[in-house]
Amino acid sequence: MAQSPPPPRGFPLGSLAIIAAVVAVAATAFAYTAGWLSPHRLTPKKLVASLAPAEGPALGHRRNHTKGICFSGTFDANGNGSALSKAQVFIRGQYPVIGRFNLASPNLNAVDAMVRVRGLGIQITQSDHQEWRSAMIDAPIFPVSTPQGFYELQMASGSKDPDAMKKFIGAHQEFLSFLGWAKSAPWTGSYAEQRYNSLDSFVFTDQSGAKHSIRWSLVPAAQTVPISPDELTKRGPDFLEKEITERVAAAPQRWSLVVTVANPGDPTADPNKAWPADRQTVEVGTLTVQQIEAEQDGPCRDINFDPTVLPNGIGTSDDPFPAVRSAAYSRSFNSRTAEESHYPRTTTGGKQ
Amino acid sequence: MTTSRTRFTAPQRLLHWLMAICVLSMLFIGVGMVSTVASKYLTLVQIHKSLGIGILLLALIRLALRICYGAPALPADISEPMKLGAYLSQYAFYALMIGMPLLGWGMMSAAAYPIVIFGVLHLPPILPVSAKLHTLLWRAHFYLAFVFFALILLHVAAILFHKLVRRDGVFETMAPEIRRAKPEPK
Repeated sequence: MAQSPPPPRGFPLGSLAIIAAVVAVAATAFAYTAGWLSPHRLTPKKLVASLAPAEGPALGHRRNHTKGICFSGTFDANGNGSALSKAQVFIRGQYPVIGRFNLASPNLNAVDAMVRVRGLGIQITQSDHQEWRSAMIDAPIFPVSTPQGFYELQMASGSKDPDAMKKFIGAHQEFLSFLGWAKSAPWTGSYAEQRYNSLDSFVFTDQSGAKHSIRWSLVPAAQTVPISPDELTKRGPDFLEKEITERVAAAPQRWSLVVTVANPGDPTADPNKAWPADRQTVEVGTLTVQQIEAEQDGPCRDINFDPTVLPNGIGTSDDPFPAVRSAAYSRSFNSRTAEESHYPRTTTGGKQ
Repeated sequence: MTTSRTRFTAPQRLLHWLMAICVLSMLFIGVGMVSTVASKYLTLVQIHKSLGIGILLLALIRLALRICYGAPALPADISEPMKLGAYLSQYAFYALMIGMPLLGWGMMSAAAYPIVIFGVLHLPPILPVSAKLHTLLWRAHFYLAFVFFALILLHVAAILFHKLVRRDGVFETMAPEIRRAKPEPK
């Protein structure tokens, strides 16, 4: 490089144009990848924004399933799950659990008796620190078949157009089977009396490397006592949290974790389609809820119950929803943790 | 630190171009994954984490090589502001190549996410769980990614300026070894 630069030969327009073109192409490709040139792309931002109630999201809180209460307890594996998955969590033994009971509503002040769907988030930690996180609901099927359908449902239910829901149902007939459940299923007076379902399918990999398409459910040991919504309304807006706190203080509450194995050809990509009732089920262990704590200072507060956080031996399937949920939950988590001042802890020093 | 060499050493040049591909892929995967809910989201996040740790290791090796072997001197006739810009950009590149993966690792730790790379390897958390820390690190990771990309554009524009307009041999210091028909000019 000892040579001296050539003498200036006038304004190097051509060279500068090449440089500008290279930079412009690279910047455009970046902008395209970031979605800035595709306003119709369904982004996590758009999806999460579609969940917000009319008055805006509850700052500092989860963007959906906003009202909830923490629990801690254990998962006792009975060893039966090891035939289906090599995950350590199925080896006979006890594993610590942190979880959260919640209402499927973005409204922090939702009245318990008005919210049809109840949920449970759970994190089971293996001794090797791998975790199994899951967020389940009590509905036996998901309202829609596709992520786009879910977004359209949010847009329709928030729409001022009186025909919006009619149009939505016209385009998403599968929503009718969900409505059928919503209208006919009994209401109960306790989080402890609900069955919670993964709805999404996942893939278990066993010791031999064989894969099994499965779904799972937490089946309550407590007896389900149907109660009319009118009766529940009389119990006050927050009766579920009061009830579960008293109930668990009196005695630990249990659920049996049941894995359902798909037959070849069962719909694994559509959580709106239940599998036939005769499918093989395996009871793999027991969830015991031992302590209830308010979310504000509770151990579940900082946990994102991302359903794609899975130990080795459990993986995602061709069901598109876990990826969508992971992307959206992450967005919700980033927002709410940045808004901590709107939901201050009452004790100093975070848990965990 | 400079050396009398007219080119970076072969391992330095190899790492430069390998990392150029890695870092550009990383930035595109990053902005792509946070703007999609498609199933590829999970794959992109997995690649992003694994590649990030890969870049961290490569950057540390590269820093060691740089300390050992130094860099060829810039042409003597380059103006002082341009020289300063060149030095500062090199510091910025090293800071980002090493800092961005650490910020990512740190923000995952502060958010209580398990950090799994290459599908099997579990990395330990490097920070305690904290909403405040997570927010700080997440924002830094996010905004610095755009700074990083802007710096790369500037770098590309500058090196093309050296190559096409000044023709002063700066591009050649990092260029791949192409079989030379004639010896180095004196």
